Amino acid sequence: MTETIKYEVDADGVALLTIDLPGASMNVFNAQLIQDLETCVDKVLNDDAVKGAVITSGKPSFLAGADLSMLGGDDLKADTPEAAFEQAFNLNRILRKIESGGKDVKTLAVEGTKPFAAAVNGLALGGGFELVLACHHRVCANDPKLSLGFPEVQVGLLPGAGGTQRLPRLIGIQNAAQPLMTGKNFNPMTAQGFGIVQEVVDAADVVAKAKDYVAKTSSAIAPWDKKGFKYPGGAGAMDPRSVQVFIGGNAMAQKQTQHNYPAVEAILSAVYEGSIVPFDTALRIETKYFMKLLSGPVSKNMIRTLFLNKQAVEKGSLRPAGFERKKVKRLGMLGAGLMGAGIAYVSAKVGIEVVLFDVSKDNAEKGKDYSRNLVEKGVSRGKVSKEKGDALLNNITTTDSYDDLADCDLIIEAVFEDADVKKSVTQATEAVIGKNIVFGSNTSTMPITGLAENFSRPHQFIGIHFFSPVDKMPLVEIIMGEKTDDETLALALDYVSQIKKTPMVVNDSRGFFTSRTFGTYVQEGYSMVQEGIKPALIENAGKMVGMPVGPLAVGDEVAIDLSYKVGMATRKALGDKYVPSPADGFVEKMMELERYGRKNGKGCYVYPEDGSRKYLWPDLTEHFPLADDQPDVEEVKARLLVRQAVEAARCFEEKVLIDASSGDVGAIFGIGFPPYTGGPFSYIDTVGVAEFVAEADRLAAAYGPRFTPPQLLRDMAANGETFYSKGNPQGRKAA
Amino acid sequence: MTEAYIYDAVRTPRGKGRKDGSLHEITPIQLATQVLEAIRDRNDLDTSYVEDVVLGCVSPVGEQGADIARVAALNADYAETTAGFQVNRFCASGLEATNIAAAKVMSGEADMAIGGGVEAMSRVPMGSDGGAWPVDPAVAHKLYFAPQGISADLIATKYGYSRDDVDSYAVESQKRAAKSWEENRFSKSIVPVKDVVGMTVLDHDELMRPETSMQSLGSLKPSFVDMGALGFDSVAIQKYPDIEKIIHVHHAGNSSGIVDGAAGILIGNKEIGEKLGLKPRARIKSMASIGSEPTIMLTGPSFAAEKALKKAGMAASDIDLYELNEAFASVVLRFMDALNVDHSKMNVCGGAIAMGHPLGATGAMILGTVLDELERSGKETALATLCIGAGMGTATIIERV
Repeated sequence: MTETIKYEVDADGVALLTIDLPGASMNVFNAQLIQDLETCVDKVLNDDAVKGAVITSGKPSFLAGADLSMLGGDDLKADTPEAAFEQAFNLNRILRKIESGGKDVKTLAVEGTKPFAAAVNGLALGGGFELVLACHHRVCANDPKLSLGFPEVQVGLLPGAGGTQRLPRLIGIQNAAQPLMTGKNFNPMTAQGFGIVQEVVDAADVVAKAKDYVAKTSSAIAPWDKKGFKYPGGAGAMDPRSVQVFIGGNAMAQKQTQHNYPAVEAILSAVYEGSIVPFDTALRIETKYFMKLLSGPVSKNMIRTLFLNKQAVEKGSLRPAGFERKKVKRLGMLGAGLMGAGIAYVSAKVGIEVVLFDVSKDNAEKGKDYSRNLVEKGVSRGKVSKEKGDALLNNITTTDSYDDLADCDLIIEAVFEDADVKKSVTQATEAVIGKNIVFGSNTSTMPITGLAENFSRPHQFIGIHFFSPVDKMPLVEIIMGEKTDDETLALALDYVSQIKKTPMVVNDSRGFFTSRTFGTYVQEGYSMVQEGIKPALIENAGKMVGMPVGPLAVGDEVAIDLSYKVGMATRKALGDKYVPSPADGFVEKMMELERYGRKNGKGCYVYPEDGSRKYLWPDLTEHFPLADDQPDVEEVKARLLVRQAVEAARCFEEKVLIDASSGDVGAIFGIGFPPYTGGPFSYIDTVGVAEFVAEADRLAAAYGPRFTPPQLLRDMAANGETFYSKGNPQGRKAA
Repeated sequence: MTEAYIYDAVRTPRGKGRKDGSLHEITPIQLATQVLEAIRDRNDLDTSYVEDVVLGCVSPVGEQGADIARVAALNADYAETTAGFQVNRFCASGLEATNIAAAKVMSGEADMAIGGGVEAMSRVPMGSDGGAWPVDPAVAHKLYFAPQGISADLIATKYGYSRDDVDSYAVESQKRAAKSWEENRFSKSIVPVKDVVGMTVLDHDELMRPETSMQSLGSLKPSFVDMGALGFDSVAIQKYPDIEKIIHVHHAGNSSGIVDGAAGILIGNKEIGEKLGLKPRARIKSMASIGSEPTIMLTGPSFAAEKALKKAGMAASDIDLYELNEAFASVVLRFMDALNVDHSKMNVCGGAIAMGHPLGATGAMILGTVLDELERSGKETALATLCIGAGMGTATIIERV
């Protein structure tokens, strides 16, 4: 018996190792479990009375991978590369012991070893899946929702305990490449189809079936330990089949990563190099690539922001203490346009009754059509049951009467971005709703404090800002007006959690955090067109720096006339304080040319009516003549990324943000800031604050004061400070 | 430095590089052997004076492996003292082999040597030798590897060659090749390939399609669209980010054909020619190889030509005839634009689009072709060059004596 694994031997001499981390909802590989696993494996191997073993879990899931908080941010603690290697290789070594019985390959090939079987009762990811693969026999519960796979690549790592070696040897390099490179999971049926698991049985029977195998098996050996083993589908640099896979894989990888995600390349390298050498050498090669990734900045940044901090905010780290957790039962949704319709859908989906209001019943019904379409699509694709789809639609009632909002326990407004419209809708709603009901606004541009003046209870007025398309975008930006109180914030966060979105909380400011930062990306693209930089170069640089699409393309999606309107409103509101941007001239010219973006089929791109692929408007360069000297793409990339990071840092300095981590999470999940950076603050840390300041100053000198770094960064650089430090994953506080 | 002279140039006809190609039944060692035998027999050569045989071969594995040059020399009953080695400069291997043979003469290492090449593409397919460049993920990523078809389409996109431009070029290549055969312009160099009982297996370039027209080419789909969509277009654009998208214009009809063949060129100093009673046909005036950007890969010839011209103290306009291997139509179009060379001076007898490109041999073949054409047309100087995998170029300038 160990702390994390229960060890029992039955009458047939079959040991049962039940992994059950005390006090945890899921099993993960931490230092204790790794140590206990080796203890138990040694016990099986050294006890002549034990025939073999079954490994299973005492929790609903099998094993969810490594404890990322153990990996995130910290380097391997070792004095020499050799010692670091032994540490990194530890789990690989133990899993190999399960497979080989600790025998050398020649003896193993002749004798085999004691059989180990995995009884996979629930999800097995990452290290958990690697443990399963190291067993000689794998029995899996027939739960279609059970996932087997390698999510490591999504946090910038590779499966470092034999995953890059066992899976390709088991199912061929071609079949293994995608799951390894993208983190795509198998379910039990597909896993069985590939021969990854030998048996798929009722969850209640997994242990019994696994025991049957062990009891009946006198000695076991992995296919790759048998003499004459050959990869299914070929291996290495000479077999035309594997050569094609690697050539194609290299191209696909570069298309996906734009050379920003070293894990994808490292996975391919581990698979390729590993396929040429004996298995034990291959495991060592895998560990070396794992160490390279672990010691680089990308995995640290991705683990911290995409995993640890995202999880933290989803678990309520932003929620003020002292308020009872509430559930929204009935949501009043004002405005049935694209945003309102989407918010209605995601709310109805989790069982909230939605009153979808618009100026006419017809408009409101059109908004509900958004949900009808999504439900229909889901049902036809078998993703949603008919009953669930119907229930979702039944949750949405449409109206053009304010009176129907009376019983709502939360109001969200998503009407036209016009101060007068907002005012009248807010006042009319307040007249009918309860005296303690929170009013949320989905405005993306208008300061919340100002909008709150339309409401007699400004402490219960809050920004709840969604992103389009609402059903796909994971982030919701909560904006605190000057007078918004903590209880209101708590309710807004409870609602965000209820609809399973990722929250961030910011203080009021024009454009808040996300729109403000995102706007700089588009504006910088426009500035460059205005300067005569080749549009294709700008667009490609956007993609190469890791943004989902180029600034001109995304500007077309948002709509150029909207940028113009927001710009005019900002100018009006700021008066003398408005700082003109070189992009203003671009936007004005496009307005003059009636090129508004995708909405009217013509913007920076041409959108052919036959639906064929959009292409850059050739006449763009007539209206904005090309400069004789075109910049290097690295300069264009720098402008697009640094500009956003400078704006994010200003938001931090102005305390629009609460801390670095919420800025990082919000930037990645809200506006597509490149995930490999870990967000703008992780990016500044990675570059080095002093180096970033120098780069921003250089760009400011060349292109204008919009690049000038805030004083905060200069001070941090002078004091040698960073946004994140050891043991502080939330990062620096803004306040 | 000693001058190096060309005394003879021979080549096999080019057979379709497929299982139904005429030369498919002939081993590559036989192709190389018959070329060496022809050089010996046409010149009544005492082979003990041939000090080295240098053969280009791009896939030197299997039956083309294990130093095919030395083995071919032995197999052709050359003197035991004739050494041999195989070189790989990808598509310029045959010209590089010739340049090495010439360099041996110029340096005084050898009085006489043979340069040439062999490739039986129907028997040892392209890529048979593997290689880190496209396959090893660390290398392919680092070098932004893209296949040559993508590179050729990138050249067309970057320099604005339309589908019509490349197709017109291809039609002209077919016309010129057909005319050259009609007029027996290749007869001086061609050595028909024979089988073991002495029957002639092939006596002409069998890939040619003289009936090729803009219409017939127009029906062909571009070959590299899928490959581009897979990811290589993106790879190329990451290296050339001012390009919005790659326009795919190349297909089998405007790219070099896959064929089998071999060629050899006899090179020696002045004294050995006099001693053996051989008449020099041309002098090697200069030679050059360069490296260029490897993703666009196929723009090297203009740089190699410029380097060779500089070494020769010449200008591009001093050259009477150019031979640039027609790997892809855009490669030749780009070269003519870069060096301002008129099409009437370029590949006047047609090229690899019509007759095929037996990788390791082509360099020696086009050098022989242009020498024959200089003599036929009474011109003086020629430059032969080829684009090369991984971004290189090799060039040789000759002048008649």
